[in-house]
Amino acid sequence: MMHQYEVTFAGFGGQGIMTAGQLLAYAGIEEDKQVAWIPSYGPEMRGGTAYCTVVISDIPIGSPIISNPQCACVFNRPSFDKFTPLVKAGGLAIVNSSLIDVTTDRTDIDEILVPANEIAMKAGNAKAANVAVLGAFIGATGIVSFDTIKRVIKEKMARKKSVLEINYHALDEGRKLALKTLGKKARG
Amino acid sequence: MAKVLMKGNEAIAEAALRAGAEGYFCYPITPQTEVAEYLSKRMPEVGGMFLQGESELAVANMLFGAASTGKRVFTTSSSPGISLMQEAISYMAGAELPVVIINIMRGGPGLGGILPAQSDYFQAVKGGGHGDYRTLVLAPSTVQEAVDLTMLCFYLAQKYRNPVMMIGDGMIGQMMEAVEFPESYEEPPLPPPDEWAATGAKGRKARIIKSLFLDPVSLENNVLILEKKYQQMIREEVRCESYKISAKNKVLIVAYGTTARICQTVIDELEADGVSVGLFRPISLYPFPEKEILKEATRKNIKSVLTIEMSMAQMMEDVERAIQGRRPVHFYGRTGGIVPTPEEVKEQVLKVLSVKRRSTKKKS
Repeated sequence: MMHQYEVTFAGFGGQGIMTAGQLLAYAGIEEDKQVAWIPSYGPEMRGGTAYCTVVISDIPIGSPIISNPQCACVFNRPSFDKFTPLVKAGGLAIVNSSLIDVTTDRTDIDEILVPANEIAMKAGNAKAANVAVLGAFIGATGIVSFDTIKRVIKEKMARKKSVLEINYHALDEGRKLALKTLGKKARG
Repeated sequence: MAKVLMKGNEAIAEAALRAGAEGYFCYPITPQTEVAEYLSKRMPEVGGMFLQGESELAVANMLFGAASTGKRVFTTSSSPGISLMQEAISYMAGAELPVVIINIMRGGPGLGGILPAQSDYFQAVKGGGHGDYRTLVLAPSTVQEAVDLTMLCFYLAQKYRNPVMMIGDGMIGQMMEAVEFPESYEEPPLPPPDEWAATGAKGRKARIIKSLFLDPVSLENNVLILEKKYQQMIREEVRCESYKISAKNKVLIVAYGTTARICQTVIDELEADGVSVGLFRPISLYPFPEKEILKEATRKNIKSVLTIEMSMAQMMEDVERAIQGRRPVHFYGRTGGIVPTPEEVKEQVLKVLSVKRRSTKKKS
């Protein structure tokens, strides 16, 4: 299997970009993998741009600077423009189609359109859009298991039952959409 | 203890507490403010003291006072803040006080920027303040190593009664990685602070903790006492690590901190292409692993040495000094907050490989 997988999450400040990356990193630790979570840091404000890269690896992680990740999860148009061209050939773009009305013209990567804001709203809370995208990412790549990410969401983010259910629902919708797009059979 | 995901800055803060830090003095500055944020909550929980001073000057002099009482105290800051502390650091070295100073470096000079850099190498290693003194300097390359070295800093500060610095670039402070804290903190025995500290002179002779010696004989004597400690550091505190050093290497890379990790990725990728390169990573920057570098660099198979930094050929001077002109030393660096990508470092390695032993110093 993979030695190392790199994914960039990017969007507005406030869209849960950093949290999505951290949840994934926690899940990696739970599965005894090496992880690094690298934020963009700079003079930013709410509504400004935010991105982080998560590296999950079977071996100790070298460079924390990832120029070309295998996957970009983009939550808004500026992030789409900046990060989808950087994805490695054969990689994946997950696009929040609620806010991005274009699709990539690259033919060498897979693209999954996730109406993350709509999914989150239907699940019961607009804030769960990041988890919908995370669900699509894990569904498409299988980098960590859904059991693990669910446990992490419960422990690190959503202790309240009502909040937890909203997040689980968004996660599952994202997953189903990814599997449908890629023509994979739904697992578990 | 189980592994936890922590930001470098928070991990450093927690490590300091576990190494017995009793007082923390700070003034906020990016990219290390999370240390202060974390400790503002945790310090009172463990009965320690958290104090945000009115400036870095005040903070450094508070450290001077607090360290004089024998308490374990420390500060964290970033480049411009560390510059402001230099006067007090020189005083504390002169007065033989154990303090820990952590610099999460950002780009300079001046107010510079807030992104990662290693451009305070000279300041840390050569002594940023005045006078004949040294600070012991350690540099981590992972969040786990930042934890381990932070704890070690507290021991070494006490062992030598001298300021000890840890320098990490902004990437180490901001990145999150899995860390594991030891179940319990143990360190070799130290002389009790009540043999030298200002603990109250009732029933004993007063102790004067100072760096002022107007009589030149006394001052020279004090400097020679310090010098003896620095010679002991050189004997006992050199720390370094190597990565994929073998008889097949033609080039030896020297890099520390985050830059060393980038070089590891480059070395792995080049290995896959059939090009063999080794890495030498200094962990202690003072004392600098001179003998160790000389040994690795002068192996028969090594044609040249390449120093990679997030600064402009600062460490390179120590690498050249260690190698004594016996191999050409090349340099590649980025600065101002730009972290070199593996791709550009790889290109430099290939360039050096194709250079047929020419210049001894080639700056790119």
